[in-house]
Amino acid sequence: MVQDRDNSIVAEGLVREFKKGPRAVDGIDLRVDSGEIYGFLGPNGAGKSTTVLMLTTLLPPTAGTARVAGYDVVKEGPKVRKAIGAALQEAALDPLLTGREHLRLQMAMHGIGGEERKRRADELLERVGLTEAADRKVNGYSGGMKRRLDLALALVHRPRILFLDEPTTGLDPQSRAALWEEVGRLARQDGVTVFLTTQYLEEADVLADRVGIIDHGRIVAEGTPEQLKAEIGCSTVEALPATPEELGAVTTVLERFGTRTTGFSPGTVAVQLATSDGNLADIVRALDAEDLRLAHLQIHEPTLDDVFLAKTGRHLEGAGEEEAEVEPEPAPATA
Amino acid sequence: MTVVSSGLAVQVGYLARRSVIRTLRQPAAVFFPLVFPVLLLAVNSGGLKAETNLPGFPTDSFLAFALAVPFIQGGLFATGNAGIDVAKDIQTGFLNRLALTPMRGVALLLGELGGVMGLALIQAIFYLVIGLVFGVRLESGIAGGLVMIALAAVIALGFAAFGAYAALRTGSTEAVNGIFPVFFVFLFISSMNIPRNLMGTDWFRWCATANPVSYLIEGMRSLIITGWDGQALGLAFGIGIGVIVVGFALAAAALPERMART
Repeated sequence: MVQDRDNSIVAEGLVREFKKGPRAVDGIDLRVDSGEIYGFLGPNGAGKSTTVLMLTTLLPPTAGTARVAGYDVVKEGPKVRKAIGAALQEAALDPLLTGREHLRLQMAMHGIGGEERKRRADELLERVGLTEAADRKVNGYSGGMKRRLDLALALVHRPRILFLDEPTTGLDPQSRAALWEEVGRLARQDGVTVFLTTQYLEEADVLADRVGIIDHGRIVAEGTPEQLKAEIGCSTVEALPATPEELGAVTTVLERFGTRTTGFSPGTVAVQLATSDGNLADIVRALDAEDLRLAHLQIHEPTLDDVFLAKTGRHLEGAGEEEAEVEPEPAPATA
Repeated sequence: MTVVSSGLAVQVGYLARRSVIRTLRQPAAVFFPLVFPVLLLAVNSGGLKAETNLPGFPTDSFLAFALAVPFIQGGLFATGNAGIDVAKDIQTGFLNRLALTPMRGVALLLGELGGVMGLALIQAIFYLVIGLVFGVRLESGIAGGLVMIALAAVIALGFAAFGAYAALRTGSTEAVNGIFPVFFVFLFISSMNIPRNLMGTDWFRWCATANPVSYLIEGMRSLIITGWDGQALGLAFGIGIGVIVVGFALAAAALPERMART
């Protein structure tokens, strides 16, 4: 357990500008406490990966400060790197090496010696469920196996803080659940602080103690998933009229019950209810009284997507397709 | 937890081992650098055999005259191998993974180049054996054969450093592949097929004289057909070491920008 040490992440006014693009990160303030799982949620291009690169010392900030494990990311890069492990956005593996060879190489780079190297490799392979595949070349691994190896590689030197940049993107539900379980165990049992970026609402909701929602390089909301959803308050009702001609009339009826909001599907009308005690029956009766027929009607509880919608006017899904993330350019090393 | 010194030697050793493993697990990366130069040697030895009738030609065996060329070609393949390996590490993010460890930048270069040198040694021994099997007699004897292998390693290391530099500057395997033919142009405008003093075309002789590759070939060739020629060997090793120094300095200068960390 490493709880007695400073395993926090603190950023103040963190900014990163690129030569040919807008500010990828635009004045981020955040604090992640020791042993906490912090979910950094946002669409593609929001600035999540750029933030991780700065916090892991791979990209100097343009402005602002950040301290990781109590060390300044600009002035004390080597100390920060010693305290952290990171699995960056792509599982950066050598397809021609085996899982075990990856682990031994990584440990040699960290200065972990002979017997300990072998023992730790076996331990990590077992922990991520790759013992049987340990001596197979990585080019034969599935996406989930690569991600698990990536996680094992980030853990070789027993880091106090772990950065995971979209660790489950592209994984099947089973692999995703297995990774969530392992990340949860690292935080709960080993006291590791986890900074996890994701574009999956469910991931942030299930895994994170606190969530920061980022859009266009700025944190637009922060809190526990429950706090954020409570801010939204009431449920949303979404209706699809039986014929498009009835859309206006259906809208008029629904607006009696709350405020119009953006629907999830084309051709629908959505309303955020004014009260928290669901009154679906009243809505159905009102529509029936106007002789309006619906093809589909649904009520949904507030989600983190509703929070994102409330803060940005867009749904999280698809928001990133509007703008691609500016590719970080390498910056000159400072030490 | 036992933590021993993450010294440079350990880091270089592991990275060189990785480089060798990578190469050996790609049969094409071993096969073509071995076979292609030998095929070219066979074709040239048959087609240009009549050159030995020219007055002043230094030997009556064109195979012996041309045997130096595969050693240089093998070195050129090292350029591609080293460059592509480094570029792939950049493209896949593997370099970022290494950057997050206490690995020293110079260890990455030495490790990659160490692996390339391993392949270069295998190549050199293979070419030498092929030459001996087909009747070439080394005027410098067994010791000369060992010096040939050492010179081949120096040449491969120098070219590989330039390959690594190209990869670090561009971060692209395509760009590294693009510069590979440029190095072959240097080979073809050298004294690979005819001694400089027998070249009849002035501009070609001038190019071959200005081309450092000519001196690498002539140094290697001197051990086969002349014996111990201090001047030829001095020039070959001098140029080879010079190429290493320049290539390594360029690569080392490009590394911090590519492996950015605070």
